[in-house]
Amino acid sequence: MKSYTEKIKEISKGLLEEGKVDMVIGYRKGSVPLMHQPFFAQNQQEIDEFVWDSNCGLNLANYVTDRQEKIGILATGCNSRNIATHIVEGKIKREQLYIIGIPCKGMLDRHKLAAMADGPITTVEEDEEKGTVTISGDGFSETVDKTEALQQNCSICVHRNPVIYDELVADEVKEQTRDEVDPYAGVKEIEAMSPEEKWAHFDDLLSACIRCYACRNACPLCYCPLCFVDESKPQWVGKSIDPTDVRTFHFLRAYHCAGRCTDCGACVRACPVGINVRDFTKKLEKDCFELYGWEAGMSTEQRPPLDTYKPDDPEEFIK
Amino acid sequence: MKVIKIDKNEWADGVEKLHDNYRLIGAVREKSYHIFATLKPGQKPEMEYVNSRISPKYVIYPQSEIILECSMDENDEDYKVYHEPGDKNYEEKAVLGVRPCDADSLPLVRRNFDTDEYKDPYWLQAFETTTLVGLACDAPCPSCFCTSAGSGPYNDQNLDIMLVDNGDHYLAEILTDKGEKLAGAAGWDKDTEQGAEDSIEKRKTGAESKITSKVNTDNLANQSLLDLYDATIIWEKAAFACINCGTCTYACPTCWCFDVQDEVHGRQSYRIRNWDSCMYPLFTHHASGHNPRGTKLDRLRQRFMHKLKYYVDKYEDGIQCTGCGRCVSLCPVNIDIRRICNMMNSYDPESCTCEVTAS
Repeated sequence: MKSYTEKIKEISKGLLEEGKVDMVIGYRKGSVPLMHQPFFAQNQQEIDEFVWDSNCGLNLANYVTDRQEKIGILATGCNSRNIATHIVEGKIKREQLYIIGIPCKGMLDRHKLAAMADGPITTVEEDEEKGTVTISGDGFSETVDKTEALQQNCSICVHRNPVIYDELVADEVKEQTRDEVDPYAGVKEIEAMSPEEKWAHFDDLLSACIRCYACRNACPLCYCPLCFVDESKPQWVGKSIDPTDVRTFHFLRAYHCAGRCTDCGACVRACPVGINVRDFTKKLEKDCFELYGWEAGMSTEQRPPLDTYKPDDPEEFIK
Repeated sequence: MKVIKIDKNEWADGVEKLHDNYRLIGAVREKSYHIFATLKPGQKPEMEYVNSRISPKYVIYPQSEIILECSMDENDEDYKVYHEPGDKNYEEKAVLGVRPCDADSLPLVRRNFDTDEYKDPYWLQAFETTTLVGLACDAPCPSCFCTSAGSGPYNDQNLDIMLVDNGDHYLAEILTDKGEKLAGAAGWDKDTEQGAEDSIEKRKTGAESKITSKVNTDNLANQSLLDLYDATIIWEKAAFACINCGTCTYACPTCWCFDVQDEVHGRQSYRIRNWDSCMYPLFTHHASGHNPRGTKLDRLRQRFMHKLKYYVDKYEDGIQCTGCGRCVSLCPVNIDIRRICNMMNSYDPESCTCEVTAS
């Protein structure tokens, strides 16, 4: 994907020169490994700062919410689905956007690589031909297959190509099919647990949460002007790190994302303590797929299933 | 200052003895990283860890702390009359293996909780009953910049004991009466061999040379506050990327802001002090509905102006940061305080330009 960078710059320069957009949203190189910075460019010099590789794992749809400008935006498969969701939900207009589509080969899992490394990582090198990633630091260097180093949501992704775009930076990549990868293998493992095991699993999952809300704020779906956790009249949930309140926050946030989540993984990537927040959202994504045949953000026409009512909605599960 | 030698097996025995007199807190592995937690008898603190994920400030200043309580039952004497909780426990505790950068954050935080006008009883009592047994840091992270932030890998100014790892033993500087008392309770009193202080000095030089990342702060005090405030070039791009989460402020050893909440559980009401974050939309949200920091840019600017300008001007004693590097490595959108600090330090209001460093 490194080769995309030049093409991204070329397209972006053209867009600004022709006055088609006021800004282009992409990434610039980060100051620490595995972490690039979401960035907007408004001139040629800024466009030269653009970078694209496997460390662009946040969701840029988060940065167009309610904006008024004409915007060029880079969009992978999941990012494009969140842009589509934004359009459906009235958070941006399609005609404001020039979507530069990125056929995506997956993002590196910063938590997993940090755990694999024998000390702080100072450099990360990706060999696209060999399909390997080398992480190194003071006194260590380790090479792993990129497939081992991918974010979990990327390794099971079945929509790597953008679903809406104005122009692609490269030919589409081959999609994985649901026969090749089971997107819900992780959910099924949890579903198979006894109630006690599930309780222990989620108890452990959230034990490290510091309620910094990085998961919520990295999520393009969480655009409420006032989140329910911040409301005080009425106050729905306590603000301390009482486990009940921490769980309430995570459960309710997940439900707010049901049928809207594209499994982009930004929540997990952003979490400073490495909580797999997707254990909640992926289950709801699975339910929406199984109950309604619904995948979020695949079109700009249809509203999410929990946002609509039809007399013939499936109801076998309402007992 | 006295320097003693603690063989590593004596260290383990001593730690065990200390359980009788202290609640011991040390670094333990939690999944893929380290946190500071209360040690059970028999449990050893991990000493060879790269700094803890979240700073140990919560040992003295918990993320959520009940500061007052009352009954909500009208038959009780303390019905709706708040008082200090009866079970507040300020037992003697010791933090084992704390890093100098984190210990150096405590006097900075103290400025918020201990003023001529106000003394915060909770923070002060917790601090006064804590003995800090530090470990000089030989393996700094690439994001550490303590040496240019008023701290250093061998800074012993805010520790009670500083251990220096010297192979099969620690060289221990006994720095205060609290340190003396703890060493006595642990039974550590062995004299060092000749040249101990030289080896500490040598190791110190080696550790400092490993810290290659730095911030420039020499011009911050000279800068005009309003010029920095209006310096779009510093704030605009960072504010765009910022998602306004609390990662930086919660991981930070020097962030001290808090919010007070009342909660009723059953028939008991609690007044709880929770960490707040200037990144949050409720921060400084007035009862009128107005918020002087109503936008993302305002909030991001508040964080950096507080640490690197308001604090600098108010206390005239450096920046409100010890260079631990946590916010640098944890920020999900790579907002790097080193870069922002260098921009603020070099900002030229005439040309509206500043020096942009790689990190």
